[in-house]
Amino acid sequence: MFSNLHYIGFGDGGWGWALLQGAWVTITIALATLPFGLALGLMIALMARSDNAIARWFATVYTTVFRGVPELLTLYIIYFGVQIVVQRGLESIGIKGFSIPPFVAGMVALGIVLGAFSSEVWVGALNSIQKGQREAGAALGLHKAQIFRLIVFPQLIRVALPGLGNNWMVLLKETSLVSVITLQDIMFIAQRGSSNTKEPLLFFTAAALIYLVFSLISWWFFDRLEKRSNRGFAAFGGQTR
Amino acid sequence: MRWCEQPGYWLGSEVLQNYGCRMATGLGITLQLVAISVSLGCIIGLGLALARLYGPRWVGGVVTGYTTFFRGTPLLCQLFLVYYGLGQLRPFWQDVGLWWFFREPYWCALFTFTINTAAYQCEVFRGAIQSIGKGQFEGAQALGLHRIATLRHVILPQAMIVALRPLGNELIVMIKSSSVASLVTLFDLMGSTRLAFSRSFDLSIYLYAALIYLAMVEIIRRLWDVMEKRLTRHVVVR
Repeated sequence: MFSNLHYIGFGDGGWGWALLQGAWVTITIALATLPFGLALGLMIALMARSDNAIARWFATVYTTVFRGVPELLTLYIIYFGVQIVVQRGLESIGIKGFSIPPFVAGMVALGIVLGAFSSEVWVGALNSIQKGQREAGAALGLHKAQIFRLIVFPQLIRVALPGLGNNWMVLLKETSLVSVITLQDIMFIAQRGSSNTKEPLLFFTAAALIYLVFSLISWWFFDRLEKRSNRGFAAFGGQTR
Repeated sequence: MRWCEQPGYWLGSEVLQNYGCRMATGLGITLQLVAISVSLGCIIGLGLALARLYGPRWVGGVVTGYTTFFRGTPLLCQLFLVYYGLGQLRPFWQDVGLWWFFREPYWCALFTFTINTAAYQCEVFRGAIQSIGKGQFEGAQALGLHRIATLRHVILPQAMIVALRPLGNELIVMIKSSSVASLVTLFDLMGSTRLAFSRSFDLSIYLYAALIYLAMVEIIRRLWDVMEKRLTRHVVVR
């Protein structure tokens, strides 16, 4: 293994650059999914707490289904299923040979799952905001959307941050699954490199270390972010509520 | 008609009838993998948590490194590292007589899942034990209990209740994550479904598989709720 370290180097016949490109794809898809998934989750959370029974029912079904089905299966269903539906639709209007780019399919699948998991975090955070906050907003003459945007949301972030940090870590690791729909992320490159050079131990160790570095950076970053978002509360002896 | 062909027959799904038996076998493998790895992981995880909290400093460091690595990298990557990576060391495994183990995708998956879930469960147990107030330790000490007795009779019974919910979540996560075993040519529920799809090109088979996974997760969730209610009867709701 160690005699062949040049395989993951940047010199001739080295896979260093390819691995870095894979790492870039991994980061890109994770970062592209994040806002989409978090917004979806917040929407589902608001539905779960709404007065409308149909919205509540939808939110319950959505979270139950996408938290219960393996991410790999969701990915396949979105990639193949949506593909077939879209292709049939386009063929009926005369466009042939269209296929959904794997990046989009991966982003949608991971975003839907992230939406289900983050909605639980959002619901918890929404519950922690005291009723008085909304009432005070209403007394000031703000309408519903303003109350949410100006009063509830800024307080929400701080409470939701640890949970969302967890969601991000899970998402980062789940991106490894997109290699099965031919997206060229770290895992994909590592598989190709190991089958080319017959050095799987080297390549998968390198891949694991890249993921580990991403995870460590994320942990550090969220730690900082949490401390920062709690700084106004340190004066009350760290009391958060 | 065999029993495993019945659901497909009654639902009028040709593909489910044709591949029902394969999927039933696959379901069995999934359940085996999850049950064995989570139980073994529970024992190892508890041991690691205790070593991390009460062992010498260097042991704590090693355990922290272990949990950081396995919680910081994807399960898929770990599985490939074990199956393809360690499989590369074939002469070595043959010398030590372990080649039969690292040759089989089943054992590799079981091994990977076990060490992965052990890392997560270790963190669960560590958090649960640390959540027990210091007064409990001091009280036990005042009663003259030694360390092991304190752990066994005072700390762990309380910590287990705290750990119950995250452990249930971990079990559910493992059921779902175990589907990556299909990517090392293992025919678990996901693997047999993939086979059925690649031969029939009937997408509905994925939806049936999703329903089976969903049913498993829901059953576990309900069971866990009942168990938690029963085990926390004595706890006053604050």
